[in-house]
Amino acid sequence: MKHLGRVGSRESFDSFACGEFAQDKYGLRRKRRAGAAAQIAYIATISICCSINVRGQVAVVGETVYTMSGAAIKNGVVLVTDGKIERVGPADRVTIPSGYKVLKGKVVTPGLVDAHTVVGLSGILNIPADQMQLEKSDPFQPELRAIDAYNPREDLIAFVRSLGITTMHTGHAPGALASGTTIIVKPIGGTVSEALVDSGMVAFSLGSSVASIYKNPGTSAKAVAALRAEFLKGQEYLKKKSAKDPEKRPARDLKLEMVSRILSREVKVLFTAQRATDIMSALRLQKEFGFSMVLDGAAEAYLVIDEIKKSGVPVIVHPTMIRSGGDTKNVSMETAAKLRQAGILFALQSGMEGYVPKTRIVLYEAAVAAANGLSFDDALASITINAARIIGMDKRVGSLESGKDGDVVVYDGDPFEYTSHVCAVVINGRVVSEECN
Amino acid sequence: MMHRISMFAAMAICCCARLEAQDKATVIRGALIYTVEGAPIDNGVLIVRNGKIVSVGPASTSVPSDAVVVEAAGKVILPGLVDTHSHIGGGSGGDRSSALQPDVRILDAVNPRDESFKKALAGGITTVNVMPGSGHLMSGQTVYLKLRPAPTIEGMLFVGDPLNDIAGGMKMANGTNPIGEKPFPGTRAKSAALARALFVKAIDYKAKIEAAKGNPDKMPKRELDMEAMLQVLDGRRIVHHHTHRSDDIITVLRLQKEFGFRLVLQHVTEAYLVAKEIADAKIPCSIIVIDSPGGKQEAIHLNYENGAVLEKAGVLTGFHTDDGITDSRLFLRSAAFGVRGGMTRDGALRAVTINNAKMLDLDGRVGSLKAGKDADFLILSGDPFSVYTHVEQTWIEGKKVWDRSLPDDYKYAVGGYEVYPMEAQLDACAGGVQ
Repeated sequence: MKHLGRVGSRESFDSFACGEFAQDKYGLRRKRRAGAAAQIAYIATISICCSINVRGQVAVVGETVYTMSGAAIKNGVVLVTDGKIERVGPADRVTIPSGYKVLKGKVVTPGLVDAHTVVGLSGILNIPADQMQLEKSDPFQPELRAIDAYNPREDLIAFVRSLGITTMHTGHAPGALASGTTIIVKPIGGTVSEALVDSGMVAFSLGSSVASIYKNPGTSAKAVAALRAEFLKGQEYLKKKSAKDPEKRPARDLKLEMVSRILSREVKVLFTAQRATDIMSALRLQKEFGFSMVLDGAAEAYLVIDEIKKSGVPVIVHPTMIRSGGDTKNVSMETAAKLRQAGILFALQSGMEGYVPKTRIVLYEAAVAAANGLSFDDALASITINAARIIGMDKRVGSLESGKDGDVVVYDGDPFEYTSHVCAVVINGRVVSEECN
Repeated sequence: MMHRISMFAAMAICCCARLEAQDKATVIRGALIYTVEGAPIDNGVLIVRNGKIVSVGPASTSVPSDAVVVEAAGKVILPGLVDTHSHIGGGSGGDRSSALQPDVRILDAVNPRDESFKKALAGGITTVNVMPGSGHLMSGQTVYLKLRPAPTIEGMLFVGDPLNDIAGGMKMANGTNPIGEKPFPGTRAKSAALARALFVKAIDYKAKIEAAKGNPDKMPKRELDMEAMLQVLDGRRIVHHHTHRSDDIITVLRLQKEFGFRLVLQHVTEAYLVAKEIADAKIPCSIIVIDSPGGKQEAIHLNYENGAVLEKAGVLTGFHTDDGITDSRLFLRSAAFGVRGGMTRDGALRAVTINNAKMLDLDGRVGSLKAGKDADFLILSGDPFSVYTHVEQTWIEGKKVWDRSLPDDYKYAVGGYEVYPMEAQLDACAGGVQ
């Protein structure tokens, strides 16, 4: 990792203009170390890179290209133009047209997809002013929108981007019965509109955190009762809304609108539950009200794996290296492997960290999962194509196929090895990071 | 009573059996051995007896005929890892009654049965500096433990008599962690002033003792905090100082220069900004690798190149877990990230073994594989810096204390249902450490 130049990362990457990009590169540390000659050479490199990037034509060449849509390609080439992948294939069949910026590396993967994070709402400083991931005034607030809280200039965004994360499902944190609606973004742009890819899901949770943060509900059973009551209200609202007489239709209610959208399966529930008891409660609620659900966290999934499998819900499993304690005291580094074994669609996540480190990195989490029973391909899928599937983005991201977004990552070795580096990151056909982090 | 007697008898038999077994040498052969004393030895031979290393050498090394042989072809052997900063063992140090509590000993609070010790063994850690947290300017005396299974904390110490021997270091902290409501300091300058005042008081106490010239009538009254501070002033008790920001690091160096105590800088997130100053002061750094910057204001300038910059500057550099901040089971990962950030492989290995032993004054006993040292070593499945490598066996003083192939041990490497029932709440982690 390079030094996170505070000034640089705050002011740059608004629109990837050349000047701003260079400024980010001249973070504090580089200024201190780089000689004048090196700086001039560097500026030259940047300006060349930018002049090409404006046209968005990039060729990524890798000794091994993991497309995640078929077997890996030896000596593969990925051509990107106008923000989209143009062609993928072996070097002897794909000619690189002149004028393309060429990036080379040992290994190439699709841009990484973090299936669940709070980055952008939860900031680097960990002070009240930059912690917007959990509203504590009420335990049930599905109407809160991550789009109204996401800070695209947050320093952690630049950091995760430099480690190959090109799509994030982010938003409100677990801890409330319903904490808000998530969004899917790319870690670029100076406004949320520039970053936004799609709306996400409604974040629900069960567990001891709910009772510790909110006075009511005070127990797990009460929490489930409260959720059931909200769904009943939502059903009532839906019924009234469909009244023939417009006079009899209810006034708009933001909260109930979200509940009714969940009930009519327009929006999914991202249901965080770590303990087996809470997982079972979540599955029971899903069955009762028929909403579309993704199970999240699932620290004790291995205790109820048949039930999860039977329910058909996919799982965004906790970070492999999550600390054990409280609801996650029974975590296992092998849960991802067990979900795979059971044939359950799952992805890894960076999750939510309340202290140091402020965010986890899905690349690192997948690496440790790959060392604990998961195959290399399955581990990579859990942070690319399978993550994209679960968040409903697999038509755009998660694999290297023509027509998909030009999100590509280049490494100087096995992406999971601790000693490998992420050497280039391309988002929407633009090179956003080009140094071995 | 009868029951007790029979138990003693059983213990006596058991002890005899143990002595007998220990008399025989154990030979581990065929592995790539990183002794950390010189070049790695391919297809090496490690001979241990009575808890000590007898010899380590190439395949041609002569082996006692009655030795128990452990075949380790294709494996990698490392010295037992030394963690210079950890919070395993379930203990807590100073309370909220004052900002400086040199009289408090963490050894009075550590539970030797705590499962977190298994976690450390699963990660290959055999020696650990267990510290009280960083929520004080001085939160108490740390304890250096050998992670041999023992029913009491005494059984895990490096020293025989914790009343008279120095069993650990002294934990200090500056920056934001110790700042709080009275009696804690409200600012950085006040933090330094309070620490200085304690040292001045200790110098005064020392002068009184010297003036007494051994006359018990003239000796000052015994004060536990001052007695511990004398050990610090005399250089017998090393100060392990939590510090992150470059200005805070310089403040610690200033205090060290004023009072001359022996010092290890701990965490030292921004060391790369003042590496020359640290090197000039000849102060070792025990650094931490975390996965992303921030979580607290002082950690936003995290730099994976920290270890490489320090190594290049000639600073004695090591890594620590700060467990629960990072996981003892993945301690080697920190060294690997050091390599990722530009450290030499040799430097990164030293940074989890011999360098750390030096920081605890234990390099005569642990930290490298050398004849006469404690027979603490690990058998790894592959390269020490690979994510795919596992610690297969952990040996302490010639005895295998953790074996990944045994289900009862394996579970501590991966976790699972009720494996770590005593795990501290996350909130507790956030309270004092890092």
